[in-house]
Amino acid sequence: MAKPDIQTPELKEYVEIPALKDGAMAHSSPFVAKPDHQAALGFPGELVDNWEEVAINKMGDLLNKYRSFKVFLDICVHCGACTDKCHYFLGTEDPKNMPVARQELLRSVYRRYFTFAGKHFPKLVGARDISKEILDEWHSYFHQCSECRRCSVFCPYGIDTAEITMGARDILDAVGYGQKYSNEIIGKVHKIGNNLGLPGPALEATLEDFAEEIQEDTGVPVRIPLDEKGADVLLITPSADFFAEPHIDGLMGYAKVFHQAGISWTLSSYASEGANFGLFIGNYDNMKSIAERIRTAALELGVKRIIVGECGHAWRVAYSFWNTLAGAGAGADPNDKYAQMLQKQLDPRYPIPQHIIEFTYDLIQKKALRLDPSANDWRTVTFHDSCNVARASGMGGIEGGQFALPRAVVQAVCNNYVDMAPDTIHASTFCCGGGGGLLTDDLMELRIKGAMPRMQALKQVVDEHNVNTLAAICAICKSQFTKALPFYEFPMDMIASVHQLVSDALIMDPTEV
Amino acid sequence: MTTLFAILFYAATVFLVAGLAMKIASYWRTPAPLKIPTMPAPRTQSGVALRMAREVVLFESLFKSNKWIWVFGWMFHVGLFLVLARHLRYFTDPVWFWVEWIQPFGIYGGMAMVAGLGGLWARRVFVERIRYISTPSDHLILALLISIGVTGLGMTYVVHTDIVAVKAFFLGLMRFDWQPLPNDGVLYLHLSLILTLMVIFPISKLLHAPGIFFSPTRNQVDDSREKRHLAPWAAKLDK
Repeated sequence: MAKPDIQTPELKEYVEIPALKDGAMAHSSPFVAKPDHQAALGFPGELVDNWEEVAINKMGDLLNKYRSFKVFLDICVHCGACTDKCHYFLGTEDPKNMPVARQELLRSVYRRYFTFAGKHFPKLVGARDISKEILDEWHSYFHQCSECRRCSVFCPYGIDTAEITMGARDILDAVGYGQKYSNEIIGKVHKIGNNLGLPGPALEATLEDFAEEIQEDTGVPVRIPLDEKGADVLLITPSADFFAEPHIDGLMGYAKVFHQAGISWTLSSYASEGANFGLFIGNYDNMKSIAERIRTAALELGVKRIIVGECGHAWRVAYSFWNTLAGAGAGADPNDKYAQMLQKQLDPRYPIPQHIIEFTYDLIQKKALRLDPSANDWRTVTFHDSCNVARASGMGGIEGGQFALPRAVVQAVCNNYVDMAPDTIHASTFCCGGGGGLLTDDLMELRIKGAMPRMQALKQVVDEHNVNTLAAICAICKSQFTKALPFYEFPMDMIASVHQLVSDALIMDPTEV
Repeated sequence: MTTLFAILFYAATVFLVAGLAMKIASYWRTPAPLKIPTMPAPRTQSGVALRMAREVVLFESLFKSNKWIWVFGWMFHVGLFLVLARHLRYFTDPVWFWVEWIQPFGIYGGMAMVAGLGGLWARRVFVERIRYISTPSDHLILALLISIGVTGLGMTYVVHTDIVAVKAFFLGLMRFDWQPLPNDGVLYLHLSLILTLMVIFPISKLLHAPGIFFSPTRNQVDDSREKRHLAPWAAKLDK
């Protein structure tokens, strides 16, 4: 495929705060969802006649349901602390991609309809009547936010633009003006069980191929089980692990680790998706019903543990929301029958859910895996903190475990490791540019420009330390980097799954027959 | 004038207190259905209290974000705190010992407040990004606060007012036993500006003061795997 005609930003010595170019990305807007994509999610098929009224009512509904939405719309003081923090602003120079300016697109309408000042002095406080132009502007700029939460780290009040973006997208869906990419995918999960629309038999065949590949590589018969009742562990992983590179290598890595640990595990064809795009569109009902597929699968298969594969937002939903959405966690009230049903079945000695990194880290700590890091000596590795892991979830039951554990795993299997610049990692990490429901070709220009700050930090370690591998634990980051790296003149295959690195260093025991 | 200001102060106080109470009640009542602390977040309630204290007292996140905004913003807020503390002498009799002790610092506070506000305003005018996001009300609120500071400092250094009488007026208001307010233009201006501030407080961005305590990204504990967090409306969806 030829590269689309995109002006790739130049990588400088450090990221400069650009001068404003008003309207620079006004043309960027994703495809509108088709009627059947909308209907499958319980949204109107196309823009409803009284959409103004529906939009304002929906906003009122969100204001009553979400404290974040209500408080964040009220308390911004326009101090400007967030204005230079968004990767999309830094990469596109469009002022509406400054977090506060993005929020104002919605806040101005909130003020007009819900506040005294906005009702009576709209000009004074920058309040606006809702209009079709504003709706289009929302569709454009609320799909130029990857909900990565970097701005919320730097806001003195913790205002999280992701919450505003999610609210705006929920309103767009409610009036029949959703985004094709996310809604089409959510429809597939509801119908088939994964984002790909890959049915059970096809998945089974795919997994058999992978198992054969591992056997050819290692001579060891490693199984990748599907729908096996009575397995100890249910693995929930993003479906990209079944078809995309370098994701597949990560999946084979998990399989080898399970094999070496001697722990029985299974995938589920019913819940063959770790991703939960319900998060991206800010819709609680859709997010809950996707999470409940996992609950159902866990109950039916009778597993004792649930482990989540390498996926950033899936880990956010799993770590932070599964307990709420589906009772998949611990500490439910004794009268909470819904949650108790699952929590009684799961083994409380392990975190519920557990990240595959936590799992592998524990095995390494217990010296249960034999590793030969010299197998990765040809690599110099750096680790990309994925936004949803870094700023929206945790690991290891310790503050900052989400930074320490993946690095510990990488360093256990690789001898050459360097971090990128401190202000671009950990909680300050830059988004890959493709998260939050933006990983679609109709937003390619945005994705490439938004990747600039991450690419700049990468260039620095490539130039100074000869880094040749960018390791990540997120399916979206991996896919996005595969596309973005060549635009910045890096080799596409620099991007690696962490469990691919584990896999390469893992010494497999010959099976006794 | 005494009667007019007395009535206005009662009205503004009622508006401020009732307005804030209603806003706080609505923040309180609105559930946070999902765990969304900005991570890494404290794993205990006391850890959260400490995080919030650092935000409120030191402006920790702002410090990480932008040193200039932090310097001016912190200067203004600490100055304002000292000024408010100093002004307690108009409302207490006998004056509390720490209010007595803080008096000279209150003066420096007033200067710091005006200087900090000046810095913030300069940024709003000269930094392109901040100019872009500013609304007329952002400028007016800065103008209002600076005018309050300047008229206050003016009465300290340039045109002295009869502060004994001012104190009698406010103690009188509190005891419902009105005393005459000195006939003084600068004082009238100072008090009118304060009345304006009291009225706009609950209907403007000044709500950030109570609002920050309700910010879910800052006030939640990182314990989502250990405890089931459920809002009442969300609980109804469990089947």
